[in-house]
Amino acid sequence: MKLSKATVLALAASTLLTAPALAKTQIQWWHAMNGTNNDAVERLAKEFNESQSDYEVLPVFKGSYNETLNAGIAAFRAKQSPAILQVFDAGTGVMMAAKGAVRPVEDVLKLGGFTLNKADYLSGITAYYSDPSGKLLSFPFNSSSPILYFNKDTFKTVGLDENNPPKTWPEVFDAARKIHEKTGKCGLTSAWLTWIHTENFAAWNNVPFASDENGLGSLTPTLKFNGPLNVKHFSTLAELAKDGTFRYAGRTSEAKPLFLSGECGLYLDSSGGIGDMVKSGMNFGTGALPYYPEASGAPQNTIPGGASLWVMGGHSDEEYKGVAQFFHFLAQTKIQVRLHQETGYLPVTLAAYDETKKSGFYDSHPGREQPILQMMGKAPTENSKGVRLINLPQVRDIENEEFEAMLAGKEDAKTALDNAVKRGNEAIKEAASRLQ
Amino acid sequence: MERRAIFPNKKLPYLLVAPQMAITLVFFFWPAGQAVRQSLYQEDPFGLSVTFAGLANFHRIFADPNYLYSLQVTFIFAIGVTVMTMIPALLLAALIDRVVKGKLVYQTLLIWPYALAPAVAGILWLFMFNPGMGTLAMLIRSTGYNWDPSLNGTQAMLLVMVSAAWKQVSYNFLFFLAGMQAIPKSFIEAAAIDGAGPMRRFWTIIMPLISPTTFFLLVVNMVYAFFDTFGLIHAVTAGGPGKDTETLVLKVYNDGYVNLNMGGSSAQSVVLMVIVISLTIFQFKYVERRVHYS
Repeated sequence: MKLSKATVLALAASTLLTAPALAKTQIQWWHAMNGTNNDAVERLAKEFNESQSDYEVLPVFKGSYNETLNAGIAAFRAKQSPAILQVFDAGTGVMMAAKGAVRPVEDVLKLGGFTLNKADYLSGITAYYSDPSGKLLSFPFNSSSPILYFNKDTFKTVGLDENNPPKTWPEVFDAARKIHEKTGKCGLTSAWLTWIHTENFAAWNNVPFASDENGLGSLTPTLKFNGPLNVKHFSTLAELAKDGTFRYAGRTSEAKPLFLSGECGLYLDSSGGIGDMVKSGMNFGTGALPYYPEASGAPQNTIPGGASLWVMGGHSDEEYKGVAQFFHFLAQTKIQVRLHQETGYLPVTLAAYDETKKSGFYDSHPGREQPILQMMGKAPTENSKGVRLINLPQVRDIENEEFEAMLAGKEDAKTALDNAVKRGNEAIKEAASRLQ
Repeated sequence: MERRAIFPNKKLPYLLVAPQMAITLVFFFWPAGQAVRQSLYQEDPFGLSVTFAGLANFHRIFADPNYLYSLQVTFIFAIGVTVMTMIPALLLAALIDRVVKGKLVYQTLLIWPYALAPAVAGILWLFMFNPGMGTLAMLIRSTGYNWDPSLNGTQAMLLVMVSAAWKQVSYNFLFFLAGMQAIPKSFIEAAAIDGAGPMRRFWTIIMPLISPTTFFLLVVNMVYAFFDTFGLIHAVTAGGPGKDTETLVLKVYNDGYVNLNMGGSSAQSVVLMVIVISLTIFQFKYVERRVHYS
C-alpha cells in the first residue's frame, strides 16, 4: 500500500495531537452556575488545563442547585459520579451525612501533596464546611450573604435620606410604610424568606434557629425559629402584606423584577444579585442586613450561603491528585481576587480580601465589602456558625408553605411558625431514620 | 365476499413489533418495575443503607394529610383541564366546520399551541400573569383586583388549569374537526330539509356521531392532566402557594428529588400508576358502553 505524503503527515499530526490528550487524567466537574458565573467557571477550567499537562478539568452545567445535587446523587447510585460536585448551602447537611459517598477535601489535598493552612482562609466559611473535629470536608467555592437593596430615586421622591439607608427592621418597616403611603406602590419585598428571614435572621440577631448549634452538632436538632422575636418579625410582615406595603413574589428570587422595575422601594437578596442591579442601570444603593435593636448582641454575624465543591468517592488516586492540584489552583490569590470582583461572591482567602482592599476596589464599588464585613465582623456564637440539617431543602419548603398560608391571611404568624417548626421537626426525624 | 390479507410468515410479525416492544420494555416496564421494588425499601439518598420496609411506605403516604390533599388537587385539576379543553375545542371545531373562506388559515393558527413543550407553554403564561413582571397581571392589578397567584391558591389553580387546557385545545380541536368531517353531508342535509336548525342538527346528529372521538379525547385528556402537565405546573407555580397546585406527579418529584425520600416517592408513583390504569379500565368498560359507534 502506498500512502501519499499528505496522508502520512496527517496521520503523524493526529497522533501527535491525540497522544497527550489521552495521557491526561480527566476530571469531571458538575456545577449549577449559569450566565456570567458559568463563563467564570469555563474560564477557570480553561486556565487550569493550560497551566499543566497532566490533568484536564471538564466543567458540566447540570441545571439549578437542586438539579445538580440530584444529578450527583443519581450518578453516584449508578457508579458514574463526577469527581467534583458543586452543592449549595442547603445541601451541605445531605452531603455530610453521606460519609461513604464523599472524600473530605482535606484528605484529598494531603493525597495530592498539599497542606491546608486554615489560617489563610476566611474562618467563618471554612468552619461551616468542616466536620465537628475541624476537618475541612468541601472546598468553599462561592459564598454570599444577604444584604439590603434600596431604590435611591424612590427614596428621594418620598423624602427619605438616600445616603442613609435604614439599619434596623423597625426603620425598614417605617421607610416601607412611608413609600407606600406617598406613592401607593409597594414599599418592601424580599427574595428567599427562608434563607434571609429565618436562617440569617437567627444568626444576625443572635437567636437560635435550631438546637445543637443550629444542627452543626447533631443529626436530629430541634427547630427553634418560633421564638418571640421571630413571631414579632413575621407578624409585622403579615400585617404589611395586607395593604400591599410588603409584597411577596415567590420562594427564591422571584421578587427581583419587583425591585428592578421600581415597583418596590426596598429589597432583600443575596449579595450575589448585585450584578443584575448594576446591569439594569437603576439608581440603587445597598445597606447591611437589618437587625432588631432589642436583640442582645445584634448585629452578630451572618452565615455562609452559596455553594461549595465536594469530592465524590469511588475515583482513582490519580484523579484525586488532579482534584487537589485544581483546588490549589483555585485558592491562588489572583484567581480569588478575580472571582470576588467579577461574580460578587466572597473571596475564600484572607490574602484575596486584603489584595482587593488594597487595590481600592471597595472605594470605587460601594457595598461590595458589606457581605464580608457581615460574615466576619464578630466571632460567631452557637447561633451564628451556620445552619445544617440533613434535609434543609425539605424544611425550607415546609417553611415556605406556612409563610404563604400566613401571607394569604389563612393563619397568623405564631401559628405559621409553630406549624413550620412542628412539621419541620417531624421531617427531620423521618429523614434521620432513613440514614439508620 | 370478504377480502382478507393473509400473511403466511409466522415470525415476521413478531420481528416487526420487536423494536417497539424493546422500547416499551426498556423505557416503561423496567422503570416501572424499579419503582415497585424501590417502594418496598427504605433508603438514604445515596443508597448507602437500604432496608426492606414492606408496605410501610404505603401506610405512611395514606396517613399523610398532604398526600390526600394532593389527590384532591389532582382530581380537581384533571376535571377542570378536561372540561376547559373539550368545550372550547368542540365549539371551535363546530364553527370551523361551517367556515367557507380562509378555513386553512384558522385551522393552522389553532393548531400552533400544540407544538409547544409543556414547560415552554408554562413560561409563556407565567410571563403574562406573574404578578411581579407579567404584562397582563399588571393590567388586572391596575383595575384594583388583587391578582396574586403566588399567594392565592384559587387563582394559582385557575392559572395552571387554563395554561394546561390552552395547550391541549389544539389537539382536541383537530380530532373533533376530523370527526365532524367524517360525517356524511347527506345526513345533515336531510335534517336541514326536514327543518332542523343548526343547534338541533348539532345535538341530534353531530354529537352522537362524534361520540367515539369524544370518548377517546376524554381518556387522552385525563391522562394528559395526570402525567404530562408536570413541566408546566413546575414552571408556573412549582406546586404553590402552599400545596394548592401540588398534583400527584409534582409530589412524587418533590418527595423524591427535593426531600430525597426515594421509598416514599416510589410508593407514590406506584399508586399513581394504579390510579391511571384503573381510570383507563373504568373508562373503557363503562363509559364506552354508552358510546354510539356507527
